[in-house]
Amino acid sequence: MARRRLDLTFPPRQATKAIAYHLVKDFDLVPNFLRAQIQPGQQGRMLVEVSGKRDAIDAAVEFLGREGITVSEAASDIRLDTEACVSCGLCTAVCKPGALTLRESDFSLVFDKDQCVYCEACVSACPRRAITLTF
Amino acid sequence: MSKSWEEINARIASGEAVVVTAEEFADIAKSDGLRSAARRVDVVTTGTFGPMCSSGVFLNFGHSDPPIKMGAITLNDVPASGGLAAVDTYLGVTEPSRTKGIEYGGAHVIEDLLKGKSVHLQATGPGTDCYPRTSIDTWVTLDDLNQAYFFNPRNAYQNYAVAVNSSDTAIYTYLGPLLPRIGNATYCSAGALSPLLNDPTYRTIGVGTRCFVAGAPGYVAWEGTQHNPNQTRDEHGVPVAPSGTLAVIADLKQASPEFFSAATFTRYGVSSFVGIGVPIPVLDEDIAETLALTDADIRATIFDYGVGRRSRPSFGTVSYADLRSGRITVEGRTVPVGPISSLPKARRIAEVLKGWVSERKWQLAPPLQPLPQPGSQGVRPLEIRNEEAI
Ligand code: SF4
Ligand code: SF4
Repeated sequence: MARRRLDLTFPPRQATKAIAYHLVKDFDLVPNFLRAQIQPGQQGRMLVEVSGKRDAIDAAVEFLGREGITVSEAASDIRLDTEACVSCGLCTAVCKPGALTLRESDFSLVFDKDQCVYCEACVSACPRRAITLTF
Repeated sequence: MSKSWEEINARIASGEAVVVTAEEFADIAKSDGLRSAARRVDVVTTGTFGPMCSSGVFLNFGHSDPPIKMGAITLNDVPASGGLAAVDTYLGVTEPSRTKGIEYGGAHVIEDLLKGKSVHLQATGPGTDCYPRTSIDTWVTLDDLNQAYFFNPRNAYQNYAVAVNSSDTAIYTYLGPLLPRIGNATYCSAGALSPLLNDPTYRTIGVGTRCFVAGAPGYVAWEGTQHNPNQTRDEHGVPVAPSGTLAVIADLKQASPEFFSAATFTRYGVSSFVGIGVPIPVLDEDIAETLALTDADIRATIFDYGVGRRSRPSFGTVSYADLRSGRITVEGRTVPVGPISSLPKARRIAEVLKGWVSERKWQLAPPLQPLPQPGSQGVRPLEIRNEEAI
């Protein structure tokens, strides 16, 4: 079993609904849609975490490419403005998955992207408005 | 063993004074013993950097030609007081913008001034014989102002609450978002580095004490509002809940945006992180004992903010060492806990203050007037009365 986060960009008018169906039926993957931004007639984006066989994930990525969907490894969706951050630590109190923590040695803020589920709790909690989700 | 203020000042003046932070002092006391630490060290520096809502600045704009007696005043659309002389004002940090609400407030205006930005000043006045102008619209920078100084009526709270929420819905407070059914906890103190926790009975900190205010050299001006020396205290005399407070004054022009940061608490309001630090002379072993306390020795009380009343139920106390671990146990369950007061900044303030005492040779002085001492006063509630009851 493998797990991978994929950042999908759809061209306008691409049928997005069928994606989940194909991932499950054709590739035996379990998709977990973390974020989606879809507006009719515009380019859409989805952040999905898939788990399943490694080969199946690779095959699914190829399939998505053929469908005209740009697939990239999920990367910089959450941004921390280190200039604005004062290392107060308040965001760590609302981050249930533990993606935001304070380093034990110096209590500076550490963000572990792999743990993030894009719940946005930290975005409104941060009194410095130092955390933004780019999509 | 005891040292006088004069002896300590003489050592500072000659460059021989041993100045360390409260954290370093605790380490020295642990390895060398309290007596030796008290003998060797002359001054201990403290620091805290948390949201302090009762803060603000007095500003004097100078006179335009023709002059105006400013009544309704805004700075970047944030209202400032028109209740002082013609071109004086007080801008409080919590004042929200008329257009942006709590996303931009008095604190943000002050941060912009500190960053050297121009700020939009608009005011109207009645037009009088001596102040004929009735409105003004201009831009000012911090350099343009005659005087600009902090007067913060309540800073550097001596200890604070640990907040949880037992209700069934998330609540948004000045201690941040609190998740339902005690889903998390927040706290707000620099713990062992906090100025008033190091001098719990206000022996050395009082009116006239030199201190660090937002990066500027300043003074303790008075007891802070809601100063409550009568809080429950532990065996070291250290309060276990919010108690003493300081009113401080300092030149805004000498302050730094590194130590003053505007804050917005969602669905609560505007505030500002203010950096405060106070140097404490090691006069004797009594004060050395509280200076040597660590986060493991200092406790805070857990309060239920899910109850929207003046007196909130408590769930007991917890040590700062436990709070710093990121998890505490409340009502039998382990919950994530996060600070709101920045420890890295508090440490930096205590470090900077070390330099001010040893290199800038800051002379220390006993309080011109002591703060109200334990036993002397509590905090009065506000009762709701109608006119007939008066
Ligand atoms: S979005 Fe949610 S999971 Fe991700 S860092 Fe913020 S609080 Fe944590
Ligand atoms: S809440 Fe904001 S300012 Fe505080 S540590 Fe987190 S990102 Fe930094």
